[in-house]
Amino acid sequence: MTRFVLRRLLQSVVVLLGVTLVVFLLLQLVPGDPVRVALGTRFDQQTYDALRERSGLDQPLVAQYASYVGHALTGDLGVSFRSGQPVTTIVLERLPATLSLAVTAVLLALLVAFPLGVLSAVRSGSALDHAARVFSQFGVSVPDFWMGIMGILLFAGVLGWLPPSGYVALTEDPAGWASHVLLPAGAVGLVTASILTRFIRSSVLEVLSEDYVRTAEAKGLRSRIVVVRHVLRNALIPVVTVVAVQLASLIGGVIVIEVLFAWPGVGRLTYDAVQARDYPVLQGAVLFVAALFLLMNLLVDVLYARLDPRIGVR
Amino acid sequence: MRERTDRPTRPGRAGATDRHEPAGPDIAEPVLAIEDLTVTIGTRRGPARAVAGVDWSVRAGQTLALVGESGSGKSLTVLAATGLAPRTARVTGRVRLLGEELTALPEPRRRRLRGRHVGFVFQDPMTSLNPVLTVGRQVTEACEEHLGMTRRQARERAVELLDLVGIPSPRQRVDAYPHQFSGGMRQRVVIAMALSCEPDLLIADEPTTALDVTTQAQIVELIADLRRRLGTAVVWITHDLGVVAGVADTVAVMYGGRIVEQGPVDAVFDAPSHPYTRALLAARPGPGVRDGDLPAIQGSPPSPLDLPAGCAFWPRCPVRGDARCEHELPPLVPVAPGHRVRTFYPLSEDA
Repeated sequence: MTRFVLRRLLQSVVVLLGVTLVVFLLLQLVPGDPVRVALGTRFDQQTYDALRERSGLDQPLVAQYASYVGHALTGDLGVSFRSGQPVTTIVLERLPATLSLAVTAVLLALLVAFPLGVLSAVRSGSALDHAARVFSQFGVSVPDFWMGIMGILLFAGVLGWLPPSGYVALTEDPAGWASHVLLPAGAVGLVTASILTRFIRSSVLEVLSEDYVRTAEAKGLRSRIVVVRHVLRNALIPVVTVVAVQLASLIGGVIVIEVLFAWPGVGRLTYDAVQARDYPVLQGAVLFVAALFLLMNLLVDVLYARLDPRIGVR
Repeated sequence: MRERTDRPTRPGRAGATDRHEPAGPDIAEPVLAIEDLTVTIGTRRGPARAVAGVDWSVRAGQTLALVGESGSGKSLTVLAATGLAPRTARVTGRVRLLGEELTALPEPRRRRLRGRHVGFVFQDPMTSLNPVLTVGRQVTEACEEHLGMTRRQARERAVELLDLVGIPSPRQRVDAYPHQFSGGMRQRVVIAMALSCEPDLLIADEPTTALDVTTQAQIVELIADLRRRLGTAVVWITHDLGVVAGVADTVAVMYGGRIVEQGPVDAVFDAPSHPYTRALLAARPGPGVRDGDLPAIQGSPPSPLDLPAGCAFWPRCPVRGDARCEHELPPLVPVAPGHRVRTFYPLSEDA
């Protein structure tokens, strides 16, 4: 198992290196001079040259990349053009907000999708099944930001139960955090719940038609045991991947929701960095998200090997 | 469910019965008896009558072979009798298991009889085992359910059962997963599973079809041997007439959802009286017979959605009787003691 994890970690490093290269090159293609943006409208040539040199932007591309990766290995992702703060610090500051939003959204989604997906498969064709399908059709058709706006209008505007936007750290004030996280997490979670409901339903349906489920029924097991022991254990293996991918994509991609709810997470940071052409911050944010994605995949692989004995770990 | 303490069925101890020899106390009452069983399946193109008016019974220690082409209704007969038919199936008729009427029972009570008194061996051992549970767990989870065994007792029992079905080093293999076994070994696991609660009846639904030839013989021998040792009644669904001749006491040949001929295996094989049975027996390959020389039955079996009014075999029948065959269903009539045939024109022995 340890060797398996180590090998996967090594593979992840290679992938991460590829990510740095792509991010680095992509940003070279983007028009606009970051030094000019950083200096504003009034500056002289001397200041311009000095900043350019200090940022290493006067070096050849290969040298720039090599020094970027070299520094990245020591945890130094450069400094923000705008604030002059280290990128690593900036991204790490934003991480708790994003993580807490993404995890809450996925938990809310699972809370709905798991029972709904399983029940609608086990009782396929029933009224509940039809309702579940309408729900998931609705959820995947409606974008999360629209859901967010409707949420704000209803719960913050009309009912006044929840704050319309803003962020309170979980560590400072759990209750305040909860009241602020509910709307954005609900908006994102509803979409995720729809995707998961569909996936869980079809996965369970598929397993229900397997021969070994008939074998279990032939043994005279109670249908609850057949479902929990024989159906779910098999049906949930692929669901683990989907949940992990959803979680990973939420960590990297709730940009619109974070902007809408003034949620100071990595998505918001990415958005601001693009606006300001703050390349080091943008690179750092993308790199962090990629790293989290890889970590999530690694976790999924480890979990898979535990859930499915057919996957050899050696 | 009546008390059944009179049966010596601990594995390893020899059962009281041998082939053609009536078993002791259970002779009066068949283990499973079905009467006038009819199964209609709702399909998009209307109801399909897949099984009609089937009667047979099997006694302790005896083997009944259900023979027929794919789609003749042989598996469905057994699945419907034990409450495992698809949800769209409508089942009528009488099914008595150990004297208890099953069709009148609500599903929860029927469920408690499955696994406990009836064990199943299915066709494909590659798909009939759950890939994420250890074989030991699968072999004896029915014992936990029906006999109230603890996990530890069940594990011991699993080792015993794996040993009984001839799996080498069972104590190590009990914690292995199905994918770590070959097809033949998996089928042994399935057989161990079916026998875990010492059932009175074993249903083997084409247990060798998915296996290679050498393994087939081993599995046939294993089931026959266990039947002798445990005194279990066996319903053996197959289209392999060689197996029927080797293991069965009685045989029921099905065609188009009905029994067309049934009786003691020797009588049916020596004097097949239905044209279909005769054609089936003639189509058996044997030494010196090349593939192209086998007399195949022309045409294909009827669809259960579109059965002829008269004899279902009439369109393919080599005898080609008359208008009566086409329009009137022949009754099942005796041609010898215990030997019955559904045809207006039973073949005589030397026809």
